[in-house]
Amino acid sequence: MGGLQKKKFERGSATNYITRNKARKKLQLSLPDFRRLCILKGIYPHEPKHKKKVNKGSTAQRTFYMLKDIRFLMHEPIVGKFRDYKVFVRKLKKAYGKTEWSAVERLRENKPTYKLDHIIKERYPAFIDALRDIDDALCMCFLFSTFARTGKCHVQTIQLCRRLTVEWMNFVIASRGLRKVFLSIKGIYYQAEVMGQLITWLVPYQFAHDHPTDVDYRVMATFTELYTTLLGFVNFRLYHSLNLLYPPKLDGKAMSELKEEDEDDYAMNSECYLEKLSALSASLSRVVSATEEEDAELDQFPVEGEDTEKMEAREREQKQQEAQKKLFEGLKFYLNREVPRESLAFVIRCFGGEVSWDKSVCIGSKYEVTDETITHHIVDRPNVDKQYINRYYIQPQWVYDCVNAKIRLPVEDYFLGVTLPPHLSPFVEEKEGDYVPPEKLKIMALQRGEKPANEQEEDEEEEEDDDEDDEEEEEEEEDDGGNDEEEETEEQNLKTMQEQSSQGKSLQVKVTPGKVTVENKARLEQEEKAEEKRLAIMMMKRKEKYLFDKIMFGKKRKIREANKLAAKRKAHDDAEKSKKKKARK
Amino acid sequence: MDDRRGNVQSSEQKEEMKKVQEKTTKRRNKEKEELGDEQILNLNNEPPEEDEDLSDSEDSVYSGLEDSGSDSEEDEEDGSDGDVTVDSEQTHQAEEKKNMTEVKRKDDEYEHDSSDEEDIRNTVGNIPMEWYRDFPHIGYDLDGKKIYKPIRNKDELDDFLDKMENPDYWRTVHDNQTGSVIVLSDEQVELVNRLQRGQFGDINFNEYQPSVEYFSSDVMIHPVTNRPEDKRSFIPSLVEKEKVSKLVHAIKMGWIKPRRVEDNSRGTFYDLWASEDSSILSKHRMHLPAPKIPLPGHNESYNPPPEYLFTDEERALWEQQDPSDRKLPYVPMKFSSLRQVPAFPRFIHERFERCLDLYLCPRQRKMRVNVNPEDLIPKLPKPKDLQPFPTVQSLVYRGHSSLIRSISVSPSGQWLASGSDDGTVRIWEVCSSRCMKTIQVGGAVKTVTWNPNPAVCLLAVALNSVVLILSPALADRQVVSSSERLLLGDQEAEAAEDTGAVWSEAEGEELNQGIRLKVHHPKAVHQVVWHAKGDYLASVMPDNSSHLQVLIHQLSRRRSQNPFRRNKGLVQCVSFHPVRPYFFVATQRSVRIYNLVKQEMTKKLQANSKWISSMAVHPGGDHVICGSYDCRLSWFDLDLSTKPYKMLRHHKKAVRGVAYHRVYPLFASASDDGSVIVCHGTVYNDLLQNPLIVPVKVLRGHVMTHDLGVLDVTFHPTQPWVFSSGADNTIRLFT
Repeated sequence: MGGLQKKKFERGSATNYITRNKARKKLQLSLPDFRRLCILKGIYPHEPKHKKKVNKGSTAQRTFYMLKDIRFLMHEPIVGKFRDYKVFVRKLKKAYGKTEWSAVERLRENKPTYKLDHIIKERYPAFIDALRDIDDALCMCFLFSTFARTGKCHVQTIQLCRRLTVEWMNFVIASRGLRKVFLSIKGIYYQAEVMGQLITWLVPYQFAHDHPTDVDYRVMATFTELYTTLLGFVNFRLYHSLNLLYPPKLDGKAMSELKEEDEDDYAMNSECYLEKLSALSASLSRVVSATEEEDAELDQFPVEGEDTEKMEAREREQKQQEAQKKLFEGLKFYLNREVPRESLAFVIRCFGGEVSWDKSVCIGSKYEVTDETITHHIVDRPNVDKQYINRYYIQPQWVYDCVNAKIRLPVEDYFLGVTLPPHLSPFVEEKEGDYVPPEKLKIMALQRGEKPANEQEEDEEEEEDDDEDDEEEEEEEEDDGGNDEEEETEEQNLKTMQEQSSQGKSLQVKVTPGKVTVENKARLEQEEKAEEKRLAIMMMKRKEKYLFDKIMFGKKRKIREANKLAAKRKAHDDAEKSKKKKARK
Repeated sequence: MDDRRGNVQSSEQKEEMKKVQEKTTKRRNKEKEELGDEQILNLNNEPPEEDEDLSDSEDSVYSGLEDSGSDSEEDEEDGSDGDVTVDSEQTHQAEEKKNMTEVKRKDDEYEHDSSDEEDIRNTVGNIPMEWYRDFPHIGYDLDGKKIYKPIRNKDELDDFLDKMENPDYWRTVHDNQTGSVIVLSDEQVELVNRLQRGQFGDINFNEYQPSVEYFSSDVMIHPVTNRPEDKRSFIPSLVEKEKVSKLVHAIKMGWIKPRRVEDNSRGTFYDLWASEDSSILSKHRMHLPAPKIPLPGHNESYNPPPEYLFTDEERALWEQQDPSDRKLPYVPMKFSSLRQVPAFPRFIHERFERCLDLYLCPRQRKMRVNVNPEDLIPKLPKPKDLQPFPTVQSLVYRGHSSLIRSISVSPSGQWLASGSDDGTVRIWEVCSSRCMKTIQVGGAVKTVTWNPNPAVCLLAVALNSVVLILSPALADRQVVSSSERLLLGDQEAEAAEDTGAVWSEAEGEELNQGIRLKVHHPKAVHQVVWHAKGDYLASVMPDNSSHLQVLIHQLSRRRSQNPFRRNKGLVQCVSFHPVRPYFFVATQRSVRIYNLVKQEMTKKLQANSKWISSMAVHPGGDHVICGSYDCRLSWFDLDLSTKPYKMLRHHKKAVRGVAYHRVYPLFASASDDGSVIVCHGTVYNDLLQNPLIVPVKVLRGHVMTHDLGVLDVTFHPTQPWVFSSGADNTIRLFT
């Protein structure tokens, strides 16, 4: 018998993975440096398929990196920069210790820095890749831009984040790309469509942060370092795709308008420009002063294998989108000082509305409260002292709900002091069998162009809906339990009969008119089918059975949850109704 | 020095003060001047008329009041504190008296030299004076004698009157350390005012004296100093040279680098993707992009529909749960307007956790199964097409008073025999469910079986350690007589060999009941099985310790024999092959098939179950089903393999009995969960085609008693009917 004995773990998956500590040793980096490198280069651990094999027989918990990834890191020039920085810190410490201030100064001047451009290019070889991954970058930059200018990280980082986010918002306004907005308890979610990619980001509400102690800000700072670079390049590219100047410049007209005000009130000269940009009230200047967007009618090329229905649906969607883009066109908004100015200004401007605010709130207000042409005044307080007749006083939720519904909703539900209708998430797409809150149904009806009926009718409708739901539920239940019941009844009958027969002698024989049992054919058929299915399920293979059970369990849970929600809603509505009745009495 | 002065002054005072009533109190006076000539402070101790005691020194007053350091000779210092009470000095007296003192001072100018020394009359030091509150004295003088407190006879009213009437009240100060009252003089008041204004205490001091300029911008002809220049000012400095050379060396060695050009390119961006070359794209390694954060649902809204809010129970549950177990990481909340929405406290946490996920969380590509569950259900022929099979319960046989272990149908299909734990064997008419006969056998019946030979009518019953052969006489005369003949066939019973089985004939009462033969076994018999021909029967005595577990009896010759020499495990049940001379023995985990002619084992089937409970052989003889206590039913195809062709896990509880139909392709299994499952099992003659097994009906009817459901099941020999006996003392017929 031939050959050397094969050694274990020298081939196969064991050689493709490397533990973190070994990787660190291989790269000769300290743990923080390794972490930074991994963050910047986008290297993450892999979960091997056969953990025990990779772990050389041990089942201890370990994180594994791909060996290829680590080899790829070895040639990264930024590792050298990390080492330079380490040396720099050491020298600086030494100079401090010796109180050689000139040396300290000299060292400071030669502080090693690094750039991440090549890493961005390497991680995102195509622009579209970068766009796909921009979600986290935006979230992070928006968070950092709300930090106070002291403490947790460098002021420059915060300023850069602010600048980039303002640029981003300005771009979204210019491209009219915003699609959905959602006011959650965490913050405000925005979803924009940029170059066909849906990009979602979350902006916290404007409050001072209570910095938690159990968060490692170094990790966050490293991520931010990468994300700011990425966002900057993406912004540049996006601005150029729209023929806008980068760094953004305000339009000439707008500029001159803004000049009139005394800028010193708001900010120092250096910050003034950013402030004006962040006011989001003025449009940006273009490289080529294009006349209004050329609405080039796109020719429709019927794609093979696509029927006309799909085409029509697509067309309809496009039309709807176009309409949504012009949702607020021609409307003039005025923001009271208690509403979130930046968010509202951003949203309104994204859909073509004009917006202004009190001069003392922020730079860049365009008109005063007294302007007669204002159509909507957004207020978030119970009432306003002085009201103008020719404008609606509405709560801010109206704007967001309109955006999500893609139509201008009736303003009556959003007047001051009125209990607002629930704010629904636009990101939920109900599939069949899911629970759909009645408000969503209403909005969908409005979208279809149906006029909202009187409230009572609506109520009735709702009730009907509920009834239907109930019926369905019942049916389901029947499906499950019907057979058993019947059998049981039969058995009971039999039992009684038998009892009678067994004890028959003593019993008086009575003839009672028998009932004609009407057999529901459809029902019988259904039962038969159900039983057939049950029997077939019995014959499933174990693996498939497991999978089947899992799927069915998930489905049932979904139904249960939906039912629960519906029941809750019904209980709530009933309670409301009874309250109303009481109030009437 | 103090003594001296004290003496002198006391003598003066004695002259001056005539209204002193108490001699015990020491009067002390302190005068103090900063400068010899300028008498800013004229320190007179002049007690007011109404005060009995005398003032003490200013210093002590100060120290007593302020609790500060004892160093308080200088008046400027005292004054700078700005308290009126602080710089209380002596009382002020009339002008002439002051003059007098001045005169005196001139007399004795060295007397007041000791301005830098502390002149403390009260020697208690810098302590809180309330320590002396309860004593009659207030401290000790330099001689160690007590200084007594002045007698206080002023009350609030007096004080008030004093305030109203005394024009000097505002400049009157109480000395805490001596308890005396001091009235400030005009100069002293002036001094206090000046110091409070931040001016010098001395009026005459000029703050803005012209300064003498030694060095000025004016070029002078003559040098300020006439010293000649040093030699070293002409020689190049060695130290400097050393330093320079060091620097030069450092530059040479590259230790010092020229100042770097300010690099501002960090914040500037350019078109990074100007040249997108696809080569990089193709080289790109396998990358698993991180999953995006799931989008928020309705319940995250600041104003969600009411059904998404937590009820009290849900909330309590949420709070109880471990944070990692919670379905939602937050509690849905409703705010009536946007302005009431607070900051989300875990915002930074969540972002941080996302960061951690991005760089720390191991990633793996998981294929998501996206199957329609309907597709997973195997396509089986419809049960309808596989009829006939029993579908409904049609008859129930009642009469037993304990659980029925075993049932058997006569080969003609007319009679049903059942054996129960109540010690009886009953014989029922199948069609009418009438109990034709009840035979008391005197023990819990384990098994009853009809002789499969239609030409005889015999019943084998196993109870305790006896196997009874009954002749129920429920057939034609011919049949009855033939069975009698079989029983009488060979009278001479040979002596039992090593088997220990003893044959005996029943007598008397038993004979009347139909019991004909008794075969006594050495151990308890669990099962008895007939051979298809009806002459042989096998009995099982499960016993782990000996090889005497199975006995084969020949009825016609009344002979017993033990076919096995060796114990191969606890035998559960045995069965004869319907056609060929094979014998099936099921032990706990396997089924052994013996060739009775060749006397050897031909096959060993692995049941893949823990404990076989029952076994049935297909009438064709090529298939075996085994029921086991671990809920499984295994179908063996003897031609195929020794492993089960199919494992059926239809039952929820232990399978107690299995049976094949003799004619129809049906088999049934009875289980402790109270159900009988009838399956269709077609067996093809073609060896290449595997048997088709389809469950066709789940029959329920038996009531669970003592955790036992159905104990035995058997088919009607000709009809597609199935009988089942249960722990609820009934037998049921499903047709």
